[in-house]
Amino acid sequence: MQLDDLYRRVIMDHYKNPRNRGTLEEDAISISLNNPTCGDRITLQMQVEDGKVKQAKFSGEGCSISLSSASMMTEAVQGKTLEEALALADQFSSLVKGEPAEFEDYEDIEALSGVCKFPARIKCATLAWNALRKGIEQQQ
Amino acid sequence: MNVTAIREQFPILHQEINGHPLVYLDSAASSQKPRSVIDAVMRYYELDNANVHRGVHTLGSRATDAYEGAREKVRKFLNAASTQEIIFTRGTTTALNLVASSYARSVCGEGDEIVLTPMEHHSNLIPWQQVAKATGATLKYIPLQPDGTIRLEDVEETINERTKIVSVMYVSNVLGIVNPVKEIAAIAHRHGAKMVVDGAQSTPHMRVDVQDLDCDFYAFSGHKMCAPTGIGALYGKKALLEEMEPIEFGGEMIDHVDLYESTWKELPWKFEGGTPIISGAVGLGAAIDFLEEIGLDNIEAHEHALSAYAYERLSAIDGITIYGPNQNRVGIVTFNIGDVHPHDVATVLDTKGIAVRAGHHCCQPLMRWLNASATARASFYLYNTEEDVNRLADALHQTKEFFGYAIG
Repeated sequence: MQLDDLYRRVIMDHYKNPRNRGTLEEDAISISLNNPTCGDRITLQMQVEDGKVKQAKFSGEGCSISLSSASMMTEAVQGKTLEEALALADQFSSLVKGEPAEFEDYEDIEALSGVCKFPARIKCATLAWNALRKGIEQQQ
Repeated sequence: MNVTAIREQFPILHQEINGHPLVYLDSAASSQKPRSVIDAVMRYYELDNANVHRGVHTLGSRATDAYEGAREKVRKFLNAASTQEIIFTRGTTTALNLVASSYARSVCGEGDEIVLTPMEHHSNLIPWQQVAKATGATLKYIPLQPDGTIRLEDVEETINERTKIVSVMYVSNVLGIVNPVKEIAAIAHRHGAKMVVDGAQSTPHMRVDVQDLDCDFYAFSGHKMCAPTGIGALYGKKALLEEMEPIEFGGEMIDHVDLYESTWKELPWKFEGGTPIISGAVGLGAAIDFLEEIGLDNIEAHEHALSAYAYERLSAIDGITIYGPNQNRVGIVTFNIGDVHPHDVATVLDTKGIAVRAGHHCCQPLMRWLNASATARASFYLYNTEEDVNRLADALHQTKEFFGYAIG
C-alpha cells in the first residue's frame, strides 16, 4: 500500500484549492451531513433551475479526501440534470468500491479510485456525494 | 519491567503491517491480548464450557467456579469489600447505563442536579442526558481550566444540596490526565450526592482502590486491560445495589417466579439476567493475573516515562499542537499537526505500520472545547517502547513533509 495510491496530485490540488467552497443564496437547497465516527461535516447547497444543477457550493470541515471529493463533485454536477447527477453519484459509488467507473466529462474524479484500497476512508470520500443524493431526493 | 519479555507474550505484535513491523499505539481504544489470556479463553472452551449456576454436572460446576473465581479476582483487583459488589457487565458503557437506568432514575426528580465534566466520554454523558430528560433533573458541568484540568474550588462551586449524582472519568481518554476523583467524591458526599467513577482509562494503567476512593459506583471494561471484548464490571456499594431494581429480567437473576409476580436473586446476580459471557470473565480473570504479576505500579511508571518521552519527542515537531498538560499523563498523547487532518495523519502512519486513532474519540463536547473538529491520538500500554515513540515521531516528520504545503 503506497501513499501515492491515495494522495494523487489532483486530489491534493483540490484539497489545497477547493472549488465551489462557500455558500449560496437562501433559496438554494441546503443539506448538512456529518460523519459521526470522525466528526467531519459538510453543508452542500444547490441551486436547481429547469431540472438542472445551476450551481453547487459546499462548506464544512474534513480531511483531504472528503474535501477534495466535495470540490470535485460540485464541479462535476454543474449543468447536469438531476438524473445525470444521480447517475454520477452511482458511478462514484462504484469507483470507491474498486469497480469500473467512468467520468467522461470530469476525469479528476477518477483520481479518487485509490480510496478503495483504504476501506477506512471510503466514508470520507462519499460524504459529499451522499449529501448530493439527499439534496436531489429533497428536490424530487 | 522487562518490556522485551512482555512483548514476547503478545502474539499480535509480531507481524508486519504494510511492510513495516507493527507499532500499536491505540490501546486506549482496545488493548492487545497476551498469550495467557488467549489460552485461558481457549482452555475454558476446550475443557470446562457449560452454563453457570444451573447444572448439577461436573462441567457446570467448573464453569461456575471459573466465572465466580473471576469475580473474586475483580474484587481483589479493585479492593472491593465483597464479591456481592461486583456485577459483570458488557463493559463500561453497560455498567454506567445500569447506574443511570436503575439508581439515577429512582432518585432523581424535578429540580435535582447531576454533575459531570465537559471532558466525559459519550458513555458517561448520554446516559445522564437521558436520565435528565426522563426525570426533569438538570445536568451541570464542572468547568475546565485552560489546560483541561479540574480545580477543586470549581467542584465546590458546582456541587450543592440539589446534586444527586456526580459522575466523572478517572482518566481522560483524550487528555490523559488523572482527575481528582477521590477529592470530588468527598465533596459530593458532603452534599449528600453519590459519586460515580468512569474507570475505563484508569483501571488498565494504575492501581485502583474503590474503598480508598470512597466512590459509590465504579465502571470499567476488560478489553482495554488485556482481556477480551464484551466483559467489564460495575462496582457498587452494597447498600446502594441492594436498594436498586434490576433493569434486565429473565433467567439467572430470579429467585421465585410466579405467573404474576417474581422475586430476584441476591447480589450480584440480580443484575445479571441471562447467560453471562463466561469465557469473557475467565479471560478477564487471566488478564488480572497477568497485570498483577507485572505489577500495576510498574505499568504506571513505564507509561508515565513513555508518555513524557513522547511528549518531548512530539513537541519538538514544528507546527504540532499537543492537547492537555505535560504532567502525569496516563499513556495518552493527543495532537494535531498544523492543518493536516487527523484522518490523513492516521492514514499516512498506517502505511508505515503505525496504528493511531483519529477522530473525536467519543468526546464531541471536549473536541468543541478544544476547538478541534478532530484530533489524532497515540496511546501506550505496557508493551510499548521508546522505539515505538521514535517510529511515531519520525513518521510524523514525514507526514508533515508530505502535506507540507498545508501547514501554516
